[in-house]
Parts: sequence; C-alpha cells; structure tokens
Amino acid sequence: MRVMAQMAMVMNLDKCIGCHTCSVTCKQAWTNRSGVEYVWFNNVESRPGQGYPRTYEDQERWQGGWVRTRRGKLRPRAGGRLRKLFSIFANPKLPSMGDYYEPWTYDYEHLLSAPAGDDTPVARPKSLLTGKDTTVTWSANWDDSLAGGNEIAAGDPVLRQVSDRVKQEYEKAFLFFLPRICEHCLNPSCAASCPSGAIYKRAEDGIVLVDQDRCRGWRMCVTGCPYKKVYFNHRTGKAEKCTFCFPRIEIGQPTICSETCVGRLRYLGLMLYDADAVAEAAAVEDEKDLYAAQRSVFLDPHDPEVAAAAGRAGIPDDWIDAARRSPIWDLIVKYEVALPLHPEYRTMPMVWYIPPLSPVVDVLRDTGHDGENAGNLFGAVDALRIPVDYLAGLFTAGDPAPVRAVLNRLAAMRAYQRRVNLGEPRDESIAAAVGMTGAGMDDMYRLLAIAKYEERY
Amino acid sequence: MAGGTDGAERALLAFGGLVRRAEVSPDGRALYQVGGREADAFYRDRWSYDKVVRSTHGVNCTGSCSWKVYVRDGIITWEQQQTDYPSVGPDRPEYEPRGCPRGAAFSWYTYSPTRVRYPYARGVLVELYREAKGRLGDPVAAWADIQNDPERRRRYQRARGKGGLVRISWDEAQEMIAAAHVHAIATYGPDRVAGFSPIPAMSMVSHAVGARFLSLIGGSMLSFYDWYADLPVASPQMFGDQTDVPESGDWWDASYLIMWGSNVPVTRTPDAHWMAEARYRGQKVVVVSPDYADNVKFADDWLPAQPGTDGALAMAMGHVILKEFFVDGRTPRFVDYVRRYTDLPYLVTLDRHGDGYRPGKFLTAADLGETGAEAAFRPVLWDLAAGAPAVPNGSLGHRFGETGVGRWNLDLGAIQPQLTCAGGTPVTVALPRFDGDAPAVMHRGVPTTTVAGRLVTTVFDLMLAQYGVARPGLPGEWPAGYDDPAQPYTPAWQEPITGVPAAAVTRIAREFADNADRSGGRSMILMGAGTNHWFHSDTTYRAMLALTTLTGCQGVNGGGWAHYVGQEKCRPVTGWSHLAFGLDWSRPPRQMIGTAFWYTHTDQWRYDHYDAGVLASPLGRGTFAGRHTMDLIAQSARLGWMPSMPTLDRNPLDVADEALAADPENPAAHVARELVDGRLGFACTDPDAPENWPRVLIVWRANLLGSSAKGNEYFLRHLLGTDSNLRAAETPPDQRPHDVTWRDDAPEGKLDLLLSLDFRMTSTTLFSDIVLPAATWYEKHDLNSTDMHPFVHAFTPAISPPWQTRTDFTAFHGIAKAFSALAKDHLGVRRDLVAAPLLHDTADALATPGGVVRDWRTGEVDAVPGRTMPKFVVVERDYGAVAEKLAALGPLLDRLGTTTKAVTVDVGPEIEQLKSINGTVRGGVADGRPRLDTDVRACEAILLLSGTTNGRVATQGFEALERRTGQRLADLAREHEGKQIRFADTQSRPVPVITSPEWSGSEHGGRRYSPFTINTERLKPWHTLTGRQHFYLDHDWMQELGEELPVFRPPLDMHKLFGEPRLGPKGELELTVRYLTPHSKWSIHSEYQDNLIMLTLSRGGPTMWMSEVDAAKIGVADNEWIEAVNRNGVVVCRAVVTHKMPEGTVYMYHAQERVIDVPKAETNGRRGGIHNSLTRLLIKPSHLIGGYAQLSFAFNYLGPTGNQRDEVTVVRRRSQEVQY
Repeated sequence: MRVMAQMAMVMNLDKCIGCHTCSVTCKQAWTNRSGVEYVWFNNVESRPGQGYPRTYEDQERWQGGWVRTRRGKLRPRAGGRLRKLFSIFANPKLPSMGDYYEPWTYDYEHLLSAPAGDDTPVARPKSLLTGKDTTVTWSANWDDSLAGGNEIAAGDPVLRQVSDRVKQEYEKAFLFFLPRICEHCLNPSCAASCPSGAIYKRAEDGIVLVDQDRCRGWRMCVTGCPYKKVYFNHRTGKAEKCTFCFPRIEIGQPTICSETCVGRLRYLGLMLYDADAVAEAAAVEDEKDLYAAQRSVFLDPHDPEVAAAAGRAGIPDDWIDAARRSPIWDLIVKYEVALPLHPEYRTMPMVWYIPPLSPVVDVLRDTGHDGENAGNLFGAVDALRIPVDYLAGLFTAGDPAPVRAVLNRLAAMRAYQRRVNLGEPRDESIAAAVGMTGAGMDDMYRLLAIAKYEERY
Repeated sequence: MAGGTDGAERALLAFGGLVRRAEVSPDGRALYQVGGREADAFYRDRWSYDKVVRSTHGVNCTGSCSWKVYVRDGIITWEQQQTDYPSVGPDRPEYEPRGCPRGAAFSWYTYSPTRVRYPYARGVLVELYREAKGRLGDPVAAWADIQNDPERRRRYQRARGKGGLVRISWDEAQEMIAAAHVHAIATYGPDRVAGFSPIPAMSMVSHAVGARFLSLIGGSMLSFYDWYADLPVASPQMFGDQTDVPESGDWWDASYLIMWGSNVPVTRTPDAHWMAEARYRGQKVVVVSPDYADNVKFADDWLPAQPGTDGALAMAMGHVILKEFFVDGRTPRFVDYVRRYTDLPYLVTLDRHGDGYRPGKFLTAADLGETGAEAAFRPVLWDLAAGAPAVPNGSLGHRFGETGVGRWNLDLGAIQPQLTCAGGTPVTVALPRFDGDAPAVMHRGVPTTTVAGRLVTTVFDLMLAQYGVARPGLPGEWPAGYDDPAQPYTPAWQEPITGVPAAAVTRIAREFADNADRSGGRSMILMGAGTNHWFHSDTTYRAMLALTTLTGCQGVNGGGWAHYVGQEKCRPVTGWSHLAFGLDWSRPPRQMIGTAFWYTHTDQWRYDHYDAGVLASPLGRGTFAGRHTMDLIAQSARLGWMPSMPTLDRNPLDVADEALAADPENPAAHVARELVDGRLGFACTDPDAPENWPRVLIVWRANLLGSSAKGNEYFLRHLLGTDSNLRAAETPPDQRPHDVTWRDDAPEGKLDLLLSLDFRMTSTTLFSDIVLPAATWYEKHDLNSTDMHPFVHAFTPAISPPWQTRTDFTAFHGIAKAFSALAKDHLGVRRDLVAAPLLHDTADALATPGGVVRDWRTGEVDAVPGRTMPKFVVVERDYGAVAEKLAALGPLLDRLGTTTKAVTVDVGPEIEQLKSINGTVRGGVADGRPRLDTDVRACEAILLLSGTTNGRVATQGFEALERRTGQRLADLAREHEGKQIRFADTQSRPVPVITSPEWSGSEHGGRRYSPFTINTERLKPWHTLTGRQHFYLDHDWMQELGEELPVFRPPLDMHKLFGEPRLGPKGELELTVRYLTPHSKWSIHSEYQDNLIMLTLSRGGPTMWMSEVDAAKIGVADNEWIEAVNRNGVVVCRAVVTHKMPEGTVYMYHAQERVIDVPKAETNGRRGGIHNSLTRLLIKPSHLIGGYAQLSFAFNYLGPTGNQRDEVTVVRRRSQEVQY
C-alpha cells in the first residue's frame, strides 16, 4: 500500500441550472488571452448534445484514453510513447479548430466611428484567427438547452450508444447539464502520451499540470486525453489545461469554478488512495466493473492503518484529518451517490457526478406515479424523463444498476424529508428501503440541500 | 478540504522546502512530481492582484449580487461573487454565492471597443450649433435658431441612427444640453422635458440624481414598471399594493411550488438554488410553460399550456379548489382565512338585468344610512353573531379622517362574517364569458338576501357562480362535472384551450390546496413575464392569485404569490423617493405613466384600428362603444385618474402667471374654469400639435430603443423623425378618436434633443443627438437592494472613471450647473402650474364613491380640482438655483417630514445628524442645509431617512401606524431602534434591513421576508376598499369590461383587430406564428447581449427559436437566416430549430439589438430591426382607472402596461446571402 492524496471534486448535476457562470469566471481568470481564445478549462454541456469539442466522447474517432490489451495490460488507445515518436510530426487524431469553434469578435468600433450614412451601423462578426469577416456556425456552447434539436443531438455519441430511437419529441424532451473540467485522473493518459514528460501529477495533491518549460508542443496529450481537456495554445506553442486553481488551493481557497458555482453544486475535498493499486484496478476486464474498481483504490482515512501508512508516506496529520472530513469521501463512499464520468476510459477520473433526478414521464404520471411519493418512484425510476441508460452511458460504462441506486436514494431523501417538512412522523422505512437510516438521510440532506460553504469545500 | 484549508497551506509550505523531484510510477504510466513552482510561475503570476473591491451591477438586473472586483496595476481584471452574506440560519442554505454568467462577464465592457470613452454628438447637429452660436453668440439663441428653422431641424433629425457621431468636449456638450432645456422650458414649458431611467433600487443615487434634476426643473419622470409590463396590475387591484413578494430564501419554506411563466434558472439565476435545494426538503415542484424551458428540468410535473391560456388553467384549478375545499368539503383553515382577510363575505348589490340580475356595487355604510364622506367607503357584511349587517373596521373609510382613528384594522371583534347567503332567495345572475369567438353570457344562480331594501349576495356566492361550482337549489346553467367541456370553468373545459389534460389540472389543483391545508399555507406560485406580459394579464393573475388567496397562503412564510419580473425593491424607499423627486424642495413632482406617454408621442394611436367597445362585456352599458383608446386616455387625464404629460396645451409657466393674476387666492379654480370653458385644453387631446410635443428626452441607466420600446419603428418615425421599417397603415377616418384632434400630417421628429448617458453603444446611443460617456458600475459609489434578498450593499469604485467618462452623479451636476448658468437670465424665477392626479394612499382615493364614473365635461358633475379632475398646484421654480438645490437637502422635510404609503415621520433628528455627517452648505439658497454634493453623501442621506436602514425612523413610523390601527406594531422595529446602517457598513458587507412600515412583511427576529405577514399577523389592513384582499372590483369600468371577478380572457385576436394573417401556414414558404419575446439566458435585457463572452457561449447574434415542425413547414434548417415581418416592422435573424418549442409559437429572446450582426432585410433593403420592431402598444382601459380606492394612481403602482405578447408574425426563410 502506497498512500497518496488527491484533491477531487464532486458535482451534483441534480442542482445544476446550466448557467455557465463557472465557465465565465474560469475563462476570465485563466484563458481570456491570445492563443487560447477558444479554450475553456471549464465548460458546461447540454445533454443530449455533442459537447465541446464536438463528439469528443467518440473514442473510435478521437482515440483518447486507455485500452486493455489481451494480456490484461493497459496501453494508450492512440499508441504508446514509441509509436508516438514515429508519428510525432503527424498527429491526425486532433480535433480541428472547427470541432472546438473558430473564435471570433465583432467590429464594435464601427458603432462609434461609422461616418454619416444612410442606415444604422452594425458590428459584423470578425474571425479572431484571420481578422476577416466571418459567419458564425459553431460556438463553445452551440447546442445549449437543446438548440439545434435532433439535427445536433443525433451526433451525441452517448445517445447513439444507448438508443436506436434517438428522435426527440416536444413532449418527451429531456435535458440536463454537464459541467466539465480536467479530471485530474489517477491514471492520466495525457501524461502517458507526452513524449517530453512534461505532464505530471503533483505528488502532494494529485493535480495534473503541464510543465510549461518542458512542453514541446507535440500535442500528443490532446489526443491522449479522452475528455479533451488538454488544449494547445497557438500563441506559445504549448499545451495548457485546467490547473485545479492550484494557486488558490494552496492557500486554502476553493477553485474558481467551485466558489462561483451559483447552483452550489460543487464539492471539493481530499481523497486518500493506494497508488500501487491503480494500475490493476484500471485494467479490470469488464468495463462495468471499473466504477467498483476505482472505489476499491480509495483508502478509508478513518482506518488507523491507513492513517499510519499515510503518515509514513509523508502526508501531514492535518491532511489526513481533511481527508476524514472530506465531502468527497461522504458522497462517493458513505452515501454512494457520486459516480465517475466515463470510467470506461480507464483513466480513473477524479471529478465525479451525482446524476440528475428527473420526473417520471407523463405516461406514468397520469397513471398515478408522482415524484414526491417514494413508493411510486422506486417503481418508476426506469420511466424517468432522462433515460437511466443514458446516464449509465455517462457514468457507469452502461451499467444501469448503480445509477438506479443513486436515483432511488435521492428520491427517498425527498420523500423522507417531505414528511419532516410537513410536521409528520419520520418514516424509517423509507430510509431502510434504500439501505440507509433516517439519521443518515438527515446527514446526506444536510450536505446536499443546506450545503454550507464550509461543508462544500 | 473541509476544515483542512489552513492545514493544506501549511503542508504545502512544508513541501515547498523539499527539493523538486519527479518520480515515475513503476509501470511508467504516471509521472509524479512535487511542487512545480518554477514551471508554473505563469499561472501563479496570472493569479495575482493588488486589491479586491466590493461592487455590483446597477440596472436591468434585479439580482442585487455583491461582487468582488479584482484590480491589478490599476486595471480591472475579473470579477467573482462575494460569499460573505450574513447567515440566514443554520437550517437553511445561504445566499452565497450570488451572481450569474452575465454579471461575471461585466468587466469585459470596461476596456471593450464598444465602450463610450468621450462625449459624442451627431456631426450635423454640432455643425449647425457652432454656426448658429458663432452668428448669435448666445447658446439658447443658437439652439432656438436651429429649432425655428424646419429645414435645419429636420436635417439633423433625419441623420439620427445613421452614424456620423463626432467627439465633442464635455463643456460643449453641457452647453448644448443646457440650451436645449432652457429653450424647451421657455417656449413650451418644463413638462416638455422628460426623463427615463428605470429600476432605482439597483443604483439608487445614479437614478435619483437625474430624477432630482428633472423634478427640480419641473420635468416629467416617466414610469417604467407598468411600461415594461412587469407591473402585475392584479396586485394593486387585489392587494392595494404595487408588488410585494417573498425573498428567494423564503422559497425554501414552501412545500409546494408552481413555477408559472417564470423560468427561474434563466431569469433568477442566483436564486434558483433555493428551488433546487428545497426539493430535497420534499418540496413538490410544478412548471407551467409552453416550451420545455430550463426550469422544466427540475419539475415533478410539467403542464405545457399553450401561450396566453394560463388564465383558463388557473380558473379550472380554482373551480376544483372551490368545489372540493369550500362546497363539497369545508376546510376550516381556508374558510376562516377568507372570512378574515378577503372580501368574500362582503355584500354586493344586484342590479336588474333582463329577466334576472347582474352584479352591482358593494353595499356600504352609506346604504345603511351612515352619513359623512367616508360612509361610502365602508363596505358591509352580514354578521352571523348579531344576525344583522355589520360594518367591520379596516376599510378605506377608516384610513383617513378622525372617525377612523384606531379603527383601521382587521380586528373583527365579535363580528362573525357570513360567507354565503345560502338559504336565501335564489336569483339568476348574468355573467360574461370570453372563451368563444365572441363574448357571451352565462346565467347562474346565487342565493340572496335583502338588506336596507337592497337585494344582495356575497362575493363568495358570486365567485361560486362565476367558477361554475353548483350548489343544490340554485337556478341556471351549471357544469355536469369536471368532465363537462361545455361549461366554464371545469378542467375539461380548459383542455382544448390550454392543451393540458383535464386530469392533470384536477390533480395539481387538489395537491396544491391539500398541501396548503397540511402545511399551514405553504403553497407558493412563482410567476413571471410568461404570464404577466399579455394584454389581459391582470385577469390571468387574478385567477392565479385566487388560488393562493383561497387557500390561505398569502401573508404566510413559504406561501402565496412570488411575482418575479421587473420587480425590484428599493428597500430604503423613503430616502430614495424624497431625494429623487426633490420633495425636500418642492411638491408635487411631475410623474407620468410611461405607456401612455409613448403611445401618444410615438403616434402609435394613429394606427389603432379598433373600437374600445370590442373589449367590453356583453353585459356592459356601452361605455366604450365607438371610442378610441386615445379617447379613454383623454378622459382618464381630465378626470384626474392618471397623469398626462405634457399636461396642458400651453406653457404651464404662463398658465400659472395667468391663474395667479386672475385668482390669487385660488389659482386652481381659475384653471378649472378655463378648462370647463374650453379656453384651456389638455395637451393629450391634440398630441400632434407642435406645442404639445415632448421636446427633450434624457435616457440614462436605460436602453429605451434597444430594449423596452414596444413599437420600436413608431418611435423612430414619429418621435425621432428618422427612417423606420414601419409598415402599418393609419386608422381610417371612421375609426379615429372623437375627443382628440386628428392632424392629417403626422409629425415626424418631435424631439429637439435625445440625450443618452451610457458606457456602451446601444440602439439608444446610436440614435441620440448627444451621448455622454458614463462610468460603469465598477467606477462609482452607490447603493443596491432587491426583493430577492434582505440586504443593502454598496458600489465602490475599483478604478476611477477612465478616459473622459463620468458617473451619472457627476454628469448631472455638470448639466445642472450649465443649465443654471443659462437659466438664471433666460428663465429666472417662475411659477409653474403642476397638475397632479388623484393619489393612492391618500384621501384622494375617496374621490369616486361606488366607483361611479361622472365626467365634468359632459356636465354630470362639477369640475372640482382634486376630486373630479386633477389637482392644480402652483410651484415656484428658481431656475438659476437648480444646481445649488440639487446639491443640498432642502428645507421642506423639516416642516413636512417624510411620507411613504401614508405614514409620515418627523425626520428632524435625522436632518441634524446629516448636517454633521455630510457638512453644511455655506451661502446661496441652500445656506446651512446638509450637503448632497457627492455620491457618498447622497447615499448617507438615503440610508438615514429610510426606516429599513434607520431603526428610529422605522419605529416612529410604526408608532404613527399604531395610532391609526390601534394595533401593536412598533415592537417589530424596536429591536433595532438604535441601529443605523451607514454607507461604510454596506461597503464592508451586505447588511440586513430593518422591519419597517414601508413594506408589508416582517423580518423581526431574523425571519425570512414574506409579504403581508404584518397584515395577517398584526391585523393591519391591506390598502384596499375593504382593507381586505379583493376578489371583487366594482368600478364602473371594471364592470364594463366584465372583469368584476376573476375571468378567463384569451390572447387578443390580431386577425380581427388588425387584419394580420390567421395563425398557420400561408403557402409553402411562409408561416404565421405567435411571436413571444421571453427573457434571455445570455443577457439581462439588452445588456450583455453584445458581450463577446455571452455571444461566444450562445449563437453569436440575433436568433429566433422555432419548433422542428414549423421549421420543416417552411424549409428552414438550424442556423439559417430567416425574416419575420408584420405590420409593425421587420426582423432579420437566424433560426434556432429545436424540439423543445411547441408548434405554432416562436421565441425571439428579448432585447436582441440591431447593433450585433443584423443584416439588411429582403423586405425593404434596410437594416433589420430589434425584437420590438414587431411589437406595438395596446392599452387596456381598466389600467387607466383612477381616483377610486386601490384603483388610484401612484408612480409605477398603477398605469397601463406596455404589454407585447399577444402579437403574431409571418416568418419565412430568406436568401442566405446577406448584405450588411
């Protein structure tokens, strides 16, 4: 056992309002400069939708992440370092600018400077790449809130996977938002892809960074990252990525995206894990076992043996204490409501998500199913407006069981607390039905609903 | 990081001492490294700053979020939300962090190329002015010389909006502005100068300084809340209050929440978390919305009602609630509530109508023989205890005058109100219905009794008849059951109208009421623009508010209505209003209803083809028949109901001189005689006469032409006199007004001067004659509050105003000085005749007994100023002293105190204190007065004079109210009697306000704000006729419209009214659709819609959302260019095709301007317009009522709404080759 510490994040998608404040505050602080106009360390995607860069989840096309060899080992899907060296000058698996979007601005100046004419001045779009007039055909968030409808949603790789019948109709529409940053993986394929050894994981907190001095701009990391969260700065010729706001984290402040999250849905905390167990866990044969495998590498900070080992590994006492009080631990391990994003990429991502609870569809609702009533909801989880299979395609490599379990817990919490709210006796049976106690429900409710600043971070 | 934050820091410092090392994992897959300090210096350097300053965003948005503005090397770098709001309690979420992506992108404007850095003016005007001044020497003479030459005047007017702006100096700009003001005042009168600036709460001083300047010179401030159609007219109608709503933290207290026409995540972004989190308390969430809006994501139930049919849905829910909770079963809580707090038990007389009856007027104490002016304002109910009629305390008749002292309260004493006359004689009443092609009549029975010789029933009995809830033994046509589609207002009846299944309506209504019963009134409806921006929204809202009121949810934390569109709560309202309207120097100020002003002066009335009679009830007396809307506006003005600016057809300075000469003791009587005799007229009866045009318009903190100007093209043509895309034809002679002069040549170019102050280029600055460069919200001091949270917090400059920009405060003081210098000689000291309407919350509200309309012009009644016509008040204007008065607190407050909502407070101690804090003026007209010469000093004055921010003032106000009500109230504020919130407090942290009689809710002991809790808990009456919440409105005009009771009125039929195509396809290439303009995700009104960050996160320019079904009908693919055309104008934009939209409706999200990526239209080869190019104003007569109880004017409280949602448009795919 080799204990290491990892800063991690959980986002409760059930609370995400899709406002994109996180994207804007991150952009303003980190990437509103030339060379990275198109770069959003933090972005928010509408689901169903294509994401940014579009269809990045289609690894057949983009070749990100790891694959398991027949011998049970992992290798980067796009090839190991040796192969990279041979193809170093031609990396065809990169999203083009069009797959992100071509950044633009407007001729705002014209509004003030237009000479007297015969019509109202207008600011036309200008490409930030060429400086010439342009037509806007794609943006950082083109399909927000189902804009573009079926024409665009049909290109959603997850939707394609889970259903032959992707046609969305007015009354059956579903929508949720997926905010994304770098996953700061335990098993980062970007780092493994870098011919220069410029991408590293900070030993003290697991934050994955690009050494700006060492980076030679090969862009293999862009290919290697299945989440497409490493970007190429066209001005400096270096790779850049989300830094987990390490200058803030180091002085005890939350990341910008977390602190400015208006939905109050982001949690930050420390996790201890066994670094020696990562490689094996990431290589389990069945993709559907990856969620459980990743959980198995996490170490219980309340366990005296773990604490002792952590101490031996040079982790200070107050860090171990922080790991004990980590909301991430509670959400992933204690309440089991947070799930990893695309575990099948085998990178062991460390930004996890609570899937969104959605209402039962009209068909069932009209026969008496009701979101506030737990008894009905358990039977109806598979009839939720957001298909469970779609969520499973995002969070559990297609296994619906863990998703169902989370949704049942959230639904049960609502039913349990409704009785409290109305001054009725507490009903332990609701908690028991999802493997919890009433007290546990209260604790989870405190963390998810009241969610004070001090308890989120 | 929980608890480990300091630890993390220490730990990392320890690590920092280690030698940098890198370690490769055994399998070679990962590289671990400690630190990385050198290589990552770039990011450390990026994350560094010199200071962080607290500020916020000062208009448009009502979020009132406090922000950290980061500054480095004197440059604003970025902003993030503050998280230091005082806690709202351990068991609930907090307000942190408040903000949204738009606010987070604000600093982009600071250094953006759209920033206005210097004063600009239209080049052609500057040339004309310099030439004339060179020739004549005097600025006023030069300005007059241009104005008096039609050719030169038209030359610069026609250049408006077409480029050619040139830089000028501040001095020259101020001189031109001052000259324009002096010329307009001298030639036409001060009421020909108008100012527009909305939403004072968001930056109180920036608003107040301009309004104060205008008020001091006698100019007209234009209302905005009604103009925006954000005013829910149902609120004054039912509650006698403008709008008072719960803070968003109170959503947490609700256990059942309906979001109805309010897309909370998009339009209340910083508050949305309360809703998301309250679900975890088991709150049930229902959404009513025609599209799959962002908030549907959170809903347990989605009722996709067709646009504009919400009233039908609400009426059907009311049917279920009345039937199940009042008739089939009697829910004690509900019955008790409606007896105490609503007009349901009050008696209404029945008038003969054909074979039966129709509802008449409230029975009052006057009918019982009581004498005195107040008797007609003391309605009557039947007391079960005494077996006799009773006159409960708390009505309007107890609010003013000696006989009501100590009796204006809701204490029923021994009275047991009888809710129904059940058992009495049944009669049939006729009630109107409007759900079919033409208005029709329903006949339904009510039980009656006879009191004082009058046949009466109760409001409750009428409600059951109206809603179609049958009871045994009553005659008439009744629904056979919920599944009866033929009879209003059953669930089955609404299904074909709204598209919502009847069963769903029944279930939601039942759940809503059941929850209210089980939770003690904690069912809430969050409502907004989607239901409030329609022509008939007042009826829709009354039907919705019936649900929260019948179930006893109003005045309960976690319950009741929560109206969120355009609402803004200037919590320190008293200080702001007295400063803004110059009430410390002269009263009354000139205030105007925005909608009527624009309707009149943009000549939209010339294009109104319909007879107001089409809106009337089939049971009406024909009051509106054959009359044009403009006729009704004129009547409302002459009866003193609503203000009218410009008021008279002559300069009010001259009228004052003449009246004082003719009748020095009673000049008002002279004016009344002149009006009666026709020697003097109201300007609104000949609005196109040059002497009746508005001449100067100042727009600040606003983007009139890019945002709120419904009928944008009418503005451009008639008010500004430049090119427009207007396509409508004028009204033919037989449909024109009778009482208003029609001039064959419609004026083009009424304004001499359009002046705007802004920090960015908008559709308004593009069309302005002079544009002054404003400081942004991060460059000034000011104050900010909202109804969404209970705090007051500050603006603080992060940097000084850059380039030649100035704060609004500095700019207006500069204008005032330039004006005073010219005015001293050109105008001197004058007397000004101000016509003031009959005001709400004053004894004026007793002007119209029974709401019976009598017009002095037809001789039905005498012309009595302040009773049957406006008040006429002579005010002295020392025009040379305007700048001095602007910068000091005047002496009137010493004598008159402050008054808000009829509560007067002696602020002597505050004035003395303010002298100490701000210092005093030495010399001049303001010698010895407290100084208001800086923005911070103005902030201190606002805070000190208001009860919410000064505990002594709040306590004294409650004590005054205790004398009137006889109820204990002052304890609500006494806990903070010694507390004063000073400006520095608001800079250090948001500060919770103090419970004050300025508002209706209590925050005593730190509870969440919910409106009307003081009414329900302390028995303080509502400001209505009965003092209770009103279901029944008995004014003549309400009866004429058939809207005495909640009723469903569908969207207007634009085909019938204006000949627009019927909805649906029109050949293969065109489609006629409903045209809605909801609020956008990427802007707050027009602000941020031009912001590069917001444009990058969306579609990069103007768009229209349409359903895949509609797009297919006309062959439009996503992101293709389309053109939308109707009689009002033309829009060119791109299509967003999506399955989340319903068929038959398009959304063009509100306030997408013509400044960004708008090409020329195929229709006419000119630049496409803004979203409001397709809309126009339509005025509902009931909004013009005044002088009667809660239906009395107050600024932004009551007035016609500038609604726009009933509109339709033709949409077609256009050539994809666009030209700019």
